[in-house]
Formats: sequence, C-alpha cells, structure tokens
Amino acid sequence: MMKKFPYYPGCTLKQYPKKFGIPSEESARALGLEMVEIPRWNCCGAVASLTADDMMHQVAPIRNLIRVQEMNDEGLVDNEYRLVVFCSMCFNTLKRANMMVKENEAALNTINEFMDREQDYKANVEVVHFLEILRDMGFYRLEDMIKKPLKGLKIAPYYGCNLLRPKEVGIDNPEAPTIMENFVEALGAEVIDNPLKSLCCGSYHTVGGHKDIVAERTYAIVNAARKAGADMMITACPLCAFNLDDRQALTKELHPEFQHMPVLYFTQILAFALGLEDKAGLEENYVDARPILREKGLMD
Amino acid sequence: MSKEKENDMKMITVYIMGKAYKVPFGLTIMKAMEYAGYRFIRGSGCRAGFCGACATVYRRKGEYKLRTALACQTTVEDGMYLAQLPFVPSNRKEYDIEELDPKKNVLSEYYPEINRCVSCNTCTKACPQELQVMDYIQASIRGDYKLVTSLSFDCIQCGLCVVRCPAEITHYHVAQLARRLYGKYYSPVPQHLLDRLKEIEEGKFDSEIEELKKMDAKKLEEVYVARDIQKIPRGEVAGE
Repeated sequence: MMKKFPYYPGCTLKQYPKKFGIPSEESARALGLEMVEIPRWNCCGAVASLTADDMMHQVAPIRNLIRVQEMNDEGLVDNEYRLVVFCSMCFNTLKRANMMVKENEAALNTINEFMDREQDYKANVEVVHFLEILRDMGFYRLEDMIKKPLKGLKIAPYYGCNLLRPKEVGIDNPEAPTIMENFVEALGAEVIDNPLKSLCCGSYHTVGGHKDIVAERTYAIVNAARKAGADMMITACPLCAFNLDDRQALTKELHPEFQHMPVLYFTQILAFALGLEDKAGLEENYVDARPILREKGLMD
Repeated sequence: MSKEKENDMKMITVYIMGKAYKVPFGLTIMKAMEYAGYRFIRGSGCRAGFCGACATVYRRKGEYKLRTALACQTTVEDGMYLAQLPFVPSNRKEYDIEELDPKKNVLSEYYPEINRCVSCNTCTKACPQELQVMDYIQASIRGDYKLVTSLSFDCIQCGLCVVRCPAEITHYHVAQLARRLYGKYYSPVPQHLLDRLKEIEEGKFDSEIEELKKMDAKKLEEVYVARDIQKIPRGEVAGE
C-alpha cells in the first residue's frame, strides 16, 4: 500500500524532469511513497521576502498551502497535511511563509481577506523536505531497500544555504549537519566531509552579469571536495546543482588546470542506488558521472 | 422612442462617468450608454461577446469592488457606476515565428515581466471569459506552451487582465505567443489539410472557381443553398 503525500514539484523539477522530477518521483515510488502533485500549483515565491509588511509576496506560497487543504477535502490524500518538497529553494520559501502566518495572526487574516475567492488558510500544513521524510522513515530502513549499494564510491554532500538557514527553517544543525551524511551512508557509499559544504554557491549571480563569481565558488567548493578525496558531490538544491555542475565549463576556462567532478542531484544517486538506473537521468549532467560509476564497478 | 412607451418601461438610474441617467431596465451597459447619448467610435465591436473590444469597468450599488466585464454582455442594474475603456495600450513584442527556438523559454525571453507574477490572481478575477489567467501565466513561466494554449484558448484579448495586473504583465500577448509556438512546433499536423492544400496547389478546383466567378448573385445563392454539406455526427470533430 502506497503512502500518499501532497507534493509540490516547483518549476525546476518540472522544467528539467529527466534530471530532477523523474528521479525524485520514481525514487519515492520505489520506497512506497506516492507523490501526489498539487493540482494548479503556482510559483513558490522563489525567494522568501524579508520585508515584514510585504504581504503580497506571501500570497503565492500561501495559495499553494491552501491547495493542500483542498487536496485533503477532495480526498486526493488521506488526512495528510505534510507537503513534500524536493527543491531546497521552494522548501525554504514555502516553509518561511508558513512560519510567518503561523506566528502572525494579523498577517494570516490579511492574506485570507485578500484571497477572497479561496478558502481560508487554516495554518495547518507542514512543509517538509523529502530528506526529512527519509529521516523520519529511518535511514536504516532506506538501507534495507537499496538494490545497488554504492560500495567504494566516495560522496561529498553539499548543503548550500536553503536546507539549513535560517536555523528555524533548516532541517538540521546549520553548523554541523548530518542528514545528508546519513543519507549517503544508507546508500552504501563512503561519506566525504567537504569543509565548504555550506559555502554559498553564488546563487543568482549565475543568471546575471557575474557568472565568474559562481565559477570561482565552484572552483573552491569542488576543489575542496576533491582534496578531501571525493569521487562526486550531491546536493538537494537545483540551483546549487546547476551552479556546481554546469558552471564547471566556465570554471575550466578561468582555471585550465581545474579537474571536473560530477555533481548529482540527491535523488539521481538515490534512484541509481534503488536500481532505477534508467530513471536517474545520468545522461543529463554536464559532468558525466557514469565513468566513475563504471570505474567502481557499479555500472556496466 | 415615444414618451408613452418610455413611461411603460421600468427605468433605472445609472451613473455614467459620475453623472446620473435614467435608462430602461434590461439594457446592456453598451446600449444603456448609447441610450444616454454616448456614441462609440472605439471600445465597441461585434456586440456579441466575441471581439473583446468593449472592455468595461463598473461598480454595483453598495459594493466596494470595481468589477470588469464586456459592455455588450452585461446588463445594467439600478445604481451602477459605469465607465468604458476605449483601448488598452499594452506591450506587444514583434517576432518572427520562423526564427524562434521553442526549446528555449521564448515567453520568458520576450516577456520577462511574467516572472514578476506574485500569484495574486487579480487577472483571473478580471477576466470576463472566466479563464484561469493566473494559472496560464504560471504555466508560461515554466515554458509549458501546451498548458498555456489550452487554458487561454477562449481569450478574446479584451485587455482587462493587463489593466488590473499589479506586476504589469501583458497576459494575452504572452498567451498568443504560446499558442503560436504550440501550433507551429508541437500540435500534430492534420493530414486532411495537407492533402487538400496539395489538391489546391495542383489546380484541382481552379475550373470550379472560375465558373463561380462568372455567376451572378442570384445563381450564386442557388448554388450555395444546393451545395453538399458534410454531415458530422454529434460529438465528432471534422477530419478525424
């Protein structure tokens, strides 16, 4: 029997399904967790608004949370108010908006009054990252379900900012997180500690006129992982994944001696370890992870 | 209209640009304004709810909300405040559909302001066609041409969404670009249309056309009435 969760994909999982959406949804399914996409979801808000009286930018995230109430009303999920998110950025934005209205009744009332064609948000939804679902399920149980343990593979987790900060929103200790390390261990791989695992990846500079900032960050972060002995890195944030993987092209231009390293989205390596090799989207990354997987005898 | 006839009619009071007028009950906003003496040289078109020219703003007695509608499709109520929009000077980009690369998010490239959408849903509330306008803008941010096409298909381009949007998005031009991209690059090509085009190019109908050109109006009418009409059973689509 599949356990059904309301699921918020966000734009990146949908726009690049082979690399993000399919590995995430299929891995969950293989673990007995059915991700039921919110009907008619809208943008998460992308960046949490820090202005205390700016209610307009809270409308988008709260509207998505109202859809979770509707899913329960309509029986698409069974009394399940935990909204599962894979993208760290969507997770951060949705959770912060949710926290804001839970703590500020006046703000909640204003937003409910504004959205007079929707049912009121009752502040009863909980925004959770998929890694939290795995942790709550028990990483030892995940370990039991792995079809292809990643024996001999050295993986350096990379957190970035949105999974950990601010600490009220973060899914783990912002200074010394272990959740992704435990995840990597459950897959049967060896955990490599990257001292720069929560250094900023350069974020939105990647779309502006300062791509070099991102390329330099990538240089520092990937080199630190290599120095620590990693074969590859994983991250839960699609923007970090883009910056650390695709931006390696520019890093190489700026630093000809730079050595490429594969950077996978965490559900890509999860799908692979669950035996869903054809659903892992390994052909989608800029730096191909397949040679190292073959070298380790994990792939034909 | 004779004075006696007017007395028989139920009259109501509406306020056109702030001034009170007595108009007969049951008229559309457009006809009520004409009854009061206004003459439309813009902001009026088909008068049947299809062309989208007569976007209008009104308020009902006792309400705080400004409502939007098509003036030719909405009947007046007592105490209504009315104002007609002659034109929406919205931003429309020029492009050559042949030169666009649909694999990129063309909508975001030509109309980057779609990314300013905060999902306030004001556009959806403004739409006289009752389309899910916000949903198609959200789909356009993701480059989902197919969803934009299906959600916006009944758009009549009245411009009311544009007038109301706090993010200054030009919804209907974005949707039109999406439909063009979907139509050109993704929707299946109908074989019967290709076959017919080929027949036309090969001159299969040239002699018939020449014959029709020579006919007078009366004869043309006879031919028209007597023409073969393809019977399409209910629920089926021609050409399938």
